Amino acid sequence: MSGPNRYLPVLACALCAFLLPALLAATKTAYLLTQLTMSAYYVLASLGLCLLMGYAGQISLGQAGFFAIGGYASAFLSKANLSAFASGRIAGLLEHVGLLVRGADAYGNAILSISPWIAFICAVLLAAGIAALIGTPVLRLKGHYLAMATLGFGIIVERIVRGTKDLGSADGLSGVPSFPILPGLAVAGGKALRASNFTIAWLVLALGLLALVNLIGSRAGRALRALHDGEEAAGAMGVDTSRYKLNAFVIGAVYAAIAGALLTHYNGSIGPGEASFMKSVRYVAIVAVGGMANLSGTLVAGLFLNFLSLRGVFGRFDDAVFGTILVLVMLLAPSGKARGRAGSRPGLPVFRRRGDPGG
Amino acid sequence: MPLELVLQYFLSGLIYGCIYAAVAIGFNIIYNATAIINFAQGEFAMLGGMIASTLAGILPLWLAVAAAVALTSISGVAVERVFLRRVARSGVLNTIVATIGLSMLIREAALLAWGESVRTLPFFSGTEVSSVYFLGAHFSPQVYWVAGATALIMAGLTAFFKFTLMGKAMRGCSANRDGASLCGIDPDRMVTIAFGISAGIGALAGCVVAPLTQTHYAIGAELAIKGFTVAAFGGLGNSFAAVLAGLALGMLESFSTVVVPEAYKDVVTLCVLLALLFAKPTGLLGSRAAATLKEY
Repeated sequence: MSGPNRYLPVLACALCAFLLPALLAATKTAYLLTQLTMSAYYVLASLGLCLLMGYAGQISLGQAGFFAIGGYASAFLSKANLSAFASGRIAGLLEHVGLLVRGADAYGNAILSISPWIAFICAVLLAAGIAALIGTPVLRLKGHYLAMATLGFGIIVERIVRGTKDLGSADGLSGVPSFPILPGLAVAGGKALRASNFTIAWLVLALGLLALVNLIGSRAGRALRALHDGEEAAGAMGVDTSRYKLNAFVIGAVYAAIAGALLTHYNGSIGPGEASFMKSVRYVAIVAVGGMANLSGTLVAGLFLNFLSLRGVFGRFDDAVFGTILVLVMLLAPSGKARGRAGSRPGLPVFRRRGDPGG
Repeated sequence: MPLELVLQYFLSGLIYGCIYAAVAIGFNIIYNATAIINFAQGEFAMLGGMIASTLAGILPLWLAVAAAVALTSISGVAVERVFLRRVARSGVLNTIVATIGLSMLIREAALLAWGESVRTLPFFSGTEVSSVYFLGAHFSPQVYWVAGATALIMAGLTAFFKFTLMGKAMRGCSANRDGASLCGIDPDRMVTIAFGISAGIGALAGCVVAPLTQTHYAIGAELAIKGFTVAAFGGLGNSFAAVLAGLALGMLESFSTVVVPEAYKDVVTLCVLLALLFAKPTGLLGSRAAATLKEY
């Protein structure tokens, strides 16, 4: 899509953010809002991967790792009790400017904790930092090596959160405080906040999409596509390939971390399952069904599949459904040597765009 | 550290090292034939152990193991004929994604067939009680079977690739696909055979370690990544190096529990994988030429 048309999905998301709660309330199906909210966050993580995998052509099997880093870091920091330092001068100062907040736990004990804003920002910065740190060596790898390295990274994150007592081991962290964005508006669970949280999630999704649509339509987007089609050729045309790959990797990680942190505050908990290989594969499956380099395809496929999965439609075949999707998408992908190293673009035919070599 | 403890760690490293090596050899055989890294490789070892544990109830043990190896080989062939052949020519990214999807399907099928319970096989000879004591450590008799099976796999493969016509044809095919087909070798058939052999080796390894490590529908993914670590460690395509690398990784993993908590055992292994990939992607023992991604 080009021209003003490319903003259509952004507009649709923003409209849905306000219209859907009213519509669902009118049809007495407002209970669906919970899963739709969660889907929006999962899709946000998939959009980040879409930039990296679809546009820059770099596979990542570790997207769930960044999602978990965002979620766990935000949960850990906003739960941490700093009462021991409460009498200190610095703590007093920080509390005065709102960086620390006072509250009480379930037993009525006073706790002093870090503001969720700070926790959120730290979590996203942590994910970005880790991505930048490992991105340089990881992205020098290609093909299978890249896939295995990112897979290894994802499993490392999973094993660390599963094995660390302070992160709740196999139970994960629960009782994560709500995240007040504006007075009266907070990312948190609960029936009263259901509609407003849906709006927040879908607006965040619309904003994330808008940023990516703009990025892809810009010089950077053209550079990424050139890189996807042929790294050496792009380099020869003066594209700083390693810098663009790294930027795409970091942006993908930031999207996953934002999604992970917000979903954790919404659910009030996070478990090691969020970091699992299966989750990473899901993000890949969604991007693949969506047609790889296709943001609106990823958006539609992601919302649809996540919503069905969260509603429990697939039952115990949940993972099998995603496995089948991956195999089918690749079987149906147009094949042929002539399409070059990067391979043809898979995806459901509806998500393949005209003018695509495989379309 | 007391000597018997060292020996015990050594044995545990040896057992895990052997299965990692077997999975890595499976990776290598398929990689040499097709330049595909088959992410479903670990599932073959899982299938072997699971099928054998089911059949062991009705058949003599040796027959159950043989049947498990044969059935897994057939499923390996089926996977290649039905799915991968169609995907293989549409690029590396697509084959990676497709084999991941396949591994998920195999695992979910195993979950449906066998449930979540942990299964095991009886010892091939002797029992847990008949452990041999040596310098204070006990050697389960199964250890001989594990080491013996690995040695047998290596010897069998060497003989196959060196002395049989089919083995030579497969080597020719991996050296130069077009050249081999000009000599009348059918590359597609060689690829099918490679999948059969590699699935059979995985299944055999899965069977011999099952009495010691037990088996479960979900062990495949972990074996796949460890096996790949080993294959990359030895240099992709090099099976002798894979055995050395497998033993090294098994030992590293086993002895790492001396210094880091058991829960972080895999973190150590995977950090080694990442460090290795970053520093020397061609593998410690591999040559640059062998590790360059082949394009068919």
